[in-house]
Amino acid sequence: MRLRSIPPSAWIGIAGIVLALVCAVFAPWIAPYGEREIVGDIWQPVGGDFLLGTDNLGRDLLSRLIFGARTTIFVAMSATLLSFSLGMILSFTAAVVRGWTDQALSRLNDLLMSVPTLIFALVVLAVLPQEMWILILVMAVLDSTRVFRLGRAVAVDIAVMDFVEAARLRGEGTVWIIFREILPNALSPLLAEFGMRFAFAVLFLSTLSFLGLGIQPPAADWGGMVKDNKDGIIFGIPAALIPGGAIAALAICVNLVVDWLLNRTSSLKGGRG
Amino acid sequence: MTSLLDVRGLKIEATTYPPGEAPRDITIVEDISFRLEQGRVLGLIGESGAGKSTIGLAALAYGRGGVRITAGEVRLDGEDILGLKRPGIRQVRGARVCYVAQSAAAAFNPAHRLGDQIIEAALRHGLMDEAAARERAAYLFGVLSLPDPATFGERYPHQVSGGQLQRAMTAMALLPAPELIVFDEPTTALDVTTQIDVLAAIKRAIEETRTAAIYVTHDLAVVAQVADDIMVLRAGKMVEYGPVRKIIEAPDAEYTRELVSVRSLVQEEAADQSDRLLAIEGVDAAYGETRVLSDVSVHLPRGQTLAVVGESGSGKSTLARVITGLLPPKDGTVRLAGETLPPKLSGRSREQLRTIQMIYQMADTAMNPRHTVGQIIGRPLSFYFNMHGARKRQRVQELLEQIELGEGFIDRYPAELSGGQKQRVAIARALAAEPTVILCDEPTSALDPLVADGILKLLLRLQKETSVSYLFITHDIATVRAIADSVAVLYQGRVVRFGPKSEVLSPPFDDYTDLLLKSVPELRVGWLEEVLQERRMTSAGH
Repeated sequence: MRLRSIPPSAWIGIAGIVLALVCAVFAPWIAPYGEREIVGDIWQPVGGDFLLGTDNLGRDLLSRLIFGARTTIFVAMSATLLSFSLGMILSFTAAVVRGWTDQALSRLNDLLMSVPTLIFALVVLAVLPQEMWILILVMAVLDSTRVFRLGRAVAVDIAVMDFVEAARLRGEGTVWIIFREILPNALSPLLAEFGMRFAFAVLFLSTLSFLGLGIQPPAADWGGMVKDNKDGIIFGIPAALIPGGAIAALAICVNLVVDWLLNRTSSLKGGRG
Repeated sequence: MTSLLDVRGLKIEATTYPPGEAPRDITIVEDISFRLEQGRVLGLIGESGAGKSTIGLAALAYGRGGVRITAGEVRLDGEDILGLKRPGIRQVRGARVCYVAQSAAAAFNPAHRLGDQIIEAALRHGLMDEAAARERAAYLFGVLSLPDPATFGERYPHQVSGGQLQRAMTAMALLPAPELIVFDEPTTALDVTTQIDVLAAIKRAIEETRTAAIYVTHDLAVVAQVADDIMVLRAGKMVEYGPVRKIIEAPDAEYTRELVSVRSLVQEEAADQSDRLLAIEGVDAAYGETRVLSDVSVHLPRGQTLAVVGESGSGKSTLARVITGLLPPKDGTVRLAGETLPPKLSGRSREQLRTIQMIYQMADTAMNPRHTVGQIIGRPLSFYFNMHGARKRQRVQELLEQIELGEGFIDRYPAELSGGQKQRVAIARALAAEPTVILCDEPTSALDPLVADGILKLLLRLQKETSVSYLFITHDIATVRAIADSVAVLYQGRVVRFGPKSEVLSPPFDDYTDLLLKSVPELRVGWLEEVLQERRMTSAGH
């Protein structure tokens, strides 16, 4: 792969993601103030002492945005990766093995999907202890139902191809068929879905935080920051829009990169011209 | 005098958009000129990608998605139809020039009655009223030897056979009494026994209605029966153009000579066929309740080829599925070298799986498009023989040389290969397992004749070198002559004839084998008439 072959749109996406990751990793060194430190008046305007102003408690918005990148990206990324691993393995297994395994997995999936995601999450998170790994796990399991649906549909199409039959005739096991025969051919639609799902995970986490079930204060996360500052909008104070914009920008950046990868993976010539 | 159709200097271009690459322009057809008079038939012949269908469609001033006619003129009765605006072209298409597609099953709307679809174009153009159109449709059904001409039009597409559907489509094209009809491979998707009826019907209809026709096909023997002139095309350029007799009996161009002499390969059959390396004994097989094979018993000696012949639906491919274990038989056994194979795939050992390999009809779908040639051929090596690294790569290279592909192929993807090359890689993958039997499921039927010939020669050479046995499934008698030692004729799931090739292909015949052999078009002018004449005499004699 040559760097020059990467289109400008993908560069923008990569730059955005790298920026967010740098903020996440080096937050304590980059941020001008502490995450929980009250440094000034409430809702001070953009500019002046504080580059992006202050929030509803007088904390520096820029610092909280940088610290918030940590939790937001970590939780959304691990939840999405987990949901994809789970959904893909289960759906490919269902498509390759068929029979009762397929029935059991598919009906269980239908069952999970029949309950609205948000309500399901609210109930489960309200009952279980409020820890980050539980939050990630619940988000991943709920999201994996969507991945399962798509993955199974794609894999069933591929599983009837002659090359899969040829692998069976060779005596290959299910694991080889799933990972070596089906996965490379199913990558394009799943990758496209990954971009979407990651954006949804950021938004879903924001929704949960907004409802008080996601990241707990005073820890910063972008969704929670929107919630904290939403009252300001009534008074014409745009503080809530800044973390909102960060969420949107991250989602767009991820999708720009995914679009480019999608183009590469759909080439049947291994991406060479 | 102006000709009915006068095509001059036709050039057709298109833009391709390969995924993950920059789009580029390609020339599909270049500098094509021909004339066609009323009542004459021009055969366009060439391999896939030669541009024959594209030229056929250009006669309707039409280009398939993304195709542009960039130079030349197409004159119909002296008028250049390429210059016409949309309403003008509409007056031409479906009224003065009609089109018969390759797959009638895909071209008819399954939700409407045949009759309504057949008369639709004539009504839309206001050429006749409905009663007259229906009357003419019934007359054409009669000319095309369709059953119950008066009521045939009331049927839906699924209620008639493939051959009848193709004739119904011909009726649709003939109905507005056009000046020109473009036939785009109308018999390619049909069985030989059906093809002959459709061919005869088309020929008779053309003669009765005095319409001109362009007949597009890749089968020289077929076009020899219907055309007056033939144009041979290769890669969008004209190779040779002349009267049928001239092209078939005294071709000028080297390429035409190759096309004419293709399929002249004949394999001497082995004298001793008593060996029973692969023995199929009394096999019954069914999909659910639908019985596909009944009491099939054939055997295959070591180092020889058994051809399994039959039309679509006769159970040829099912027999292969039974042998591989994909479809356990209801009854009967499959024995390899005296050892009874477990009926189910999951019951077979790795060694048993290794000894039977398979080559598929569509090399495109038989290879994982995400694996390189080296990975495809190398997998059986590491799977069965535990070969890795440099040793594996060296063995893959040896196999590639055996199938006449050179150095540069090992790291290519299937999408970077031609159809014939893909099939060769599939053969190498089968060979890599060092099997004793290779099941070949119509490996040449999706390929152009010259390429198919190359594959058959390769298979024969490999058989001599490795003394592997082939069970060769085909519907093509020429392929049987080229490759088989023994032949089994399947009809409706039963073996109607089995034995050495010389016995099976010589009289006395049973009814089905007789029909099958007589239906295969022969490459000479007048063959169709002879067969039809003979049939009439037999039926008169009964």
